[in-house]
Amino acid sequence: MSMNTQGRPTSAGEAGEAFRPKTFTGNRALDMEEPLIFEFGRLDVTGVDLDEPEDFVAELGGNERKDALELPGLAEPEAMRHYVRLSRNNYAIDSGLYPLGSCTMKHNPRLNEKMARLPGFGDIHPLQPLSTVKGAVELIDQLSHWLMTLTGTSAVAMSPKAGAHGELCGMMAIKAAHTAAGRDPKIVLVPESAHGTNPATAALLGYKVVSIDAKDEDGTVDLEALKRKIAEHAGDIAAIMLTNPNTCGLFEREIIEIAAAIHAADAYFYCDGANFNAIVGKARPGDLGVDAMHINLHKTFSTPHGGGGPGSGPVVLSDRLAPFAPLPFIRKGENGPVLVETEAGTVEGEKPFGRMTAFHGQMGMYVRALSYMLSHGSDGLRQASEDAVLNANYVRVGLQDLMSLPFGERPCMHEVLFDDTFLKDTGVTTLDFAKAMIDEGYHPMTMYFPLVVHGAMLIEPTESESRAALDLFIATMRDLVLSAKRGETARFSGAPYLSPRRRLDETKAARNPVLKWTAPEPAEVTPVAAE
Amino acid sequence: MTTYYSKDHEWISVEGGTATVGITSYAQQQLGDVVYVETPEAGKSLSQGDEAAVVESVKAASEVYAPIDGEVTEGNEALADEPAKVNEDPEGAAWFWKMTVADEGQLADLMDEAAYKAYVDTL
Repeated sequence: MSMNTQGRPTSAGEAGEAFRPKTFTGNRALDMEEPLIFEFGRLDVTGVDLDEPEDFVAELGGNERKDALELPGLAEPEAMRHYVRLSRNNYAIDSGLYPLGSCTMKHNPRLNEKMARLPGFGDIHPLQPLSTVKGAVELIDQLSHWLMTLTGTSAVAMSPKAGAHGELCGMMAIKAAHTAAGRDPKIVLVPESAHGTNPATAALLGYKVVSIDAKDEDGTVDLEALKRKIAEHAGDIAAIMLTNPNTCGLFEREIIEIAAAIHAADAYFYCDGANFNAIVGKARPGDLGVDAMHINLHKTFSTPHGGGGPGSGPVVLSDRLAPFAPLPFIRKGENGPVLVETEAGTVEGEKPFGRMTAFHGQMGMYVRALSYMLSHGSDGLRQASEDAVLNANYVRVGLQDLMSLPFGERPCMHEVLFDDTFLKDTGVTTLDFAKAMIDEGYHPMTMYFPLVVHGAMLIEPTESESRAALDLFIATMRDLVLSAKRGETARFSGAPYLSPRRRLDETKAARNPVLKWTAPEPAEVTPVAAE
Repeated sequence: MTTYYSKDHEWISVEGGTATVGITSYAQQQLGDVVYVETPEAGKSLSQGDEAAVVESVKAASEVYAPIDGEVTEGNEALADEPAKVNEDPEGAAWFWKMTVADEGQLADLMDEAAYKAYVDTL
């Protein structure tokens, strides 16, 4: 036989596991220090190699650019590596449980992506002749049908680009309806626990925001307080903006009475649909008296959001608001759906208040959302809601003996809200606790929101998580809580310790924001000379 | 000079016909590090309960309400550049605005220092 006698020891040497080398590059193996693209891309080079054109004559009438564009020049592999390295420092629903309350960070099925990339949906242009995009129009119509069916409403404005844009659309429809009735009310009622976008939307439309107190015992709207406000501002109320389930993760049980009181005051009921994921297939907002509600396709119907957007926020409208739906919209025709794009294309009874966007909205999101709906079916959508609520309650029951529930041990909906009472006298704050979760490999939950409870921690596991994943999350949270209660403050006060960047100074960043990038001195790499 | 306190954690010091308004030490402590302050301009007419100023911390943005009716005579513009003052000296240098006192009777609705302390203890 021939034998290779080169030795190849496989066990580690003597330094021991605790030894951490100080590396020359600053990288820690796969944990790479990645500069800004401007800091390593040279401004004087380019990634493409083209000959200078001969006999070049500019034909821009003297408007050609005279200064350098100052974009970094990178070869394709350099650009590729930059973004791949950055992406490895990113936390995403594809990398772990993402319990960010009120955000519904659910899994985005890859089937949706495949459908959105079909050329008939992915490669079309809004200015294409209608005869060439009939399938796309049909798809928008089908999605509209699903949205109206799930919400029990009679019209939907598809074009808004995200939740807050949808709120604006719904409130503009409400304003148009008041104007058409010859009324000009000035006030919008918003409960204390509302998403910040609700009062912002009302204010943007020139309304005065009047806050409704929450009930101390469960954070839901105090119906009596609401009635007092209505009486106090009789005749001057345009709408109420309410989220159900609310931002405490609790169902507004008096929603029918709230709707009745609002309607009796000649006002409209705007529902913030951000938390629709909890009730799809279980309750129809239209049956609850809702006049307008946006639906975050990027939350409830699994289209990507956050950095992966864009979002999409169609708004469903009740009979009373349907005539005011903005352009463009789809009307049922004898020979299939008709796309109405201009005022001239409207018929009697259609009084669009204008338009929210130049074109039809986020086509890619429509395809993804419909793909999700068709692959789940109506029973599957209902089960997704049930599982989302079940998972949130599983987390609640797993943690309620150690953490503190502000409103007692009543069942929550799709998210569970804790306050910071359990951290009292530990020296650990909600912020510290959230940062320590990063060291454990979790994205923190939503913190300090809603504002109606002290040191809020809002956890929304979504239906995407398995029981095993929830068990590990609960066990991790219990370990952190017990650690805080044992007085192990070091684990919290400087956390995160193990992330690529340590705790950032948010205060300094807000007080002294650096808004303009300035080029650093170019870094010279100097090989170490022989000794 | 007499200082009164509101349930919304504003303090108001009255001397002669002029009142100075700010937020209490308890309020700044609850807000955390203050990063932005917007104070009203002189001449602005306020009714009790009106939103008069905005204070933003790393946690949240909050409104500061007028504890009484009156007209703003001066806003503390220095706070715009140095919001940290609100954390350092909330009941002194970091006053928010000065105003006239339209109705002295409204001061009776507010708390004195002892009553405010007792109120804070219940929170």
